[in-house]
Amino acid sequence: MSKAILYDSTLCIGCKACEGACAARWGLPYDDRIAAEEKISAHKLTAIETHGEHFSRRLCMNCVQPACASVCPVGALQKTALGPVTYDADKCMGCRYCMQACPFQVPTYEWSARLPRMRKCDMCYERQSQGKLTACAEACPVGATKNGERDELVADARQRIAEKPDQYYQKIYGIQEVGGTSVLFLSAVPFEQIGLRTNVPSEPLPDTTWRVLELLPDVVSTGAVLLGGIWWITNRREEVAKAEGRRK
Amino acid sequence: MTRRLPKITVWRAIFAAILMSGLYATYLRIFYGLGGSTNLSDRFPWGIWIAFDVMCGVALAAGGFTLVAITHIFNIQKYKPVLRPCILTAFLGYVLVVVGLLFDLGRPDRLWHPLVMWNPHSVMFEVAWCVTLYTTVLFLEFIPVVFERFGWHKPIEWVHRISVPLMIMGILLSTLHQSSLGSLFLIVPSKLYPLWYSPILPLLFYVSAICVGLAMTIFESWHSSRAFGRALELPLLASLGRVLAVAMSVYLWIRFLDLAHRHAFELLRQNRIENWLFGLEMALAIVPTVLLYQRKVRMRPGALYACAVMVVFSVIANRLNVGTTGLEAGSGTHYIPKWSEVAVTLSIVGTGFAIFRFVAGYFPIFEPHSSEHAHHEMEELEADQVGVA
Repeated sequence: MSKAILYDSTLCIGCKACEGACAARWGLPYDDRIAAEEKISAHKLTAIETHGEHFSRRLCMNCVQPACASVCPVGALQKTALGPVTYDADKCMGCRYCMQACPFQVPTYEWSARLPRMRKCDMCYERQSQGKLTACAEACPVGATKNGERDELVADARQRIAEKPDQYYQKIYGIQEVGGTSVLFLSAVPFEQIGLRTNVPSEPLPDTTWRVLELLPDVVSTGAVLLGGIWWITNRREEVAKAEGRRK
Repeated sequence: MTRRLPKITVWRAIFAAILMSGLYATYLRIFYGLGGSTNLSDRFPWGIWIAFDVMCGVALAAGGFTLVAITHIFNIQKYKPVLRPCILTAFLGYVLVVVGLLFDLGRPDRLWHPLVMWNPHSVMFEVAWCVTLYTTVLFLEFIPVVFERFGWHKPIEWVHRISVPLMIMGILLSTLHQSSLGSLFLIVPSKLYPLWYSPILPLLFYVSAICVGLAMTIFESWHSSRAFGRALELPLLASLGRVLAVAMSVYLWIRFLDLAHRHAFELLRQNRIENWLFGLEMALAIVPTVLLYQRKVRMRPGALYACAVMVVFSVIANRLNVGTTGLEAGSGTHYIPKWSEVAVTLSIVGTGFAIFRFVAGYFPIFEPHSSEHAHHEMEELEADQVGVA
């Protein structure tokens, strides 16, 4: 039971209402100049992109098993049971490992601030926890961005593909990618043509580091026994040599 | 002595120039943030302050735990004369890593956060703890030198009493975080170029850290013998060169197997910048390894020093490739450090050299009778090698 967003590129008309609603929700400035920026940044947490005759949307994928939350040394990033990946700026020390680890290059940084924060979409955590829709889904005039239960959205997406096979590329982006994301994409063309990354592994990324980290207690305990043992043997040899030397 | 004075002055002038630019860069960093002092971007969040100051800094300080293991755990006493300089290098190295981090962190005032706010799933969290604890261990391993200088015998005894568990703890902590600096990059399989991305990155980082630790020991012995006009512990360093040759061989063989198993050699057919950088890294690793197997090379101070320097640069190249250049294509961007990033890095390195020199001149770092000792060992070693041949 977790929330998700379904973005249907075939329905999107590129009106950028989602961008404006998002800016308003975060209290960020929004004007024509910012609207023209087709990339996310610390002052623009979602962006509509134009790829030829198709539109696409950039926002945090709110991964089911997020790399950012797993790498954050202070636990400032959390995957909530509700679905959103939230960020606590008061904990963040600015190591930017989340930005390095994110396979979608979503987290952005307030580079010129003296007390900078990381910024990213958190799928309107506080709105959704009050039972409201995300700002972007509420603002979308054509239903291209839909907010709801992930299971239901997946079923909905499957149905759309099945009903109109000639209008859709026959896959849902976000089912397999890095073990699943809470933002799902539908497209008329293969996903790389609307700027989505298709080279991401289907394995959840936190597994790659946990495989090593979980060995830590074993390495430490075995190493302690081994090193202590070697020290005992090598220094014992010396003691014996000393004792024998005395006897002679 | 008078002949050497101008040379030192030139170095001091360079050092002063570096330090001035470093100070100005620090001003930029404080008042204009990371944006005003670095070429980092949303697509390229880590630069040389991480890849060099932290990743190379920690690796180059690996001589500390390597030599502690050799002399105290494996109890090979003959390497004792180089142990103290190694521990000093390591201690300074880690302190400077923390200084580098203060520049790189967006909120340096929160450096302590990982100690209080835990996330055991994070490699960075583990590194933060290990570096903190290991810097403390190194401090305790070095402090007897200070006590000795002032003739305080009681506290030396106290430290001596816990020295064995302390040393074992130091080696374990080093094993963990040296390898973990490699594990940091396990999370970026789709970004890091396949010549460097490997599931055994932690192992490769660990083994190469041991290699560069040995190389740094030779490097700093050579420099301090010149700076303080001491006799070089050549036979000792020559046999360390032998250990280095074996360690490098192991490293290169693991590296070869890893690349072969992942079919990464096929990538070398393309003409890409990554392949040239990889070639440079490999050449700097293979050439000294082959050379160090020759007795002639090991017994000539200049040649031995050159080999150590090549190993050092090979590992630096490796860390920079993993931490910056290898990530450029995958991040879809280019990164060239801003002058201020370089200025800060050079200032940190320069300060390291200066503090080492000061401490080594003031505290009993080098054994007083090392030259006699060395001469004696030289004969022993030559006899030994004739026997082997």
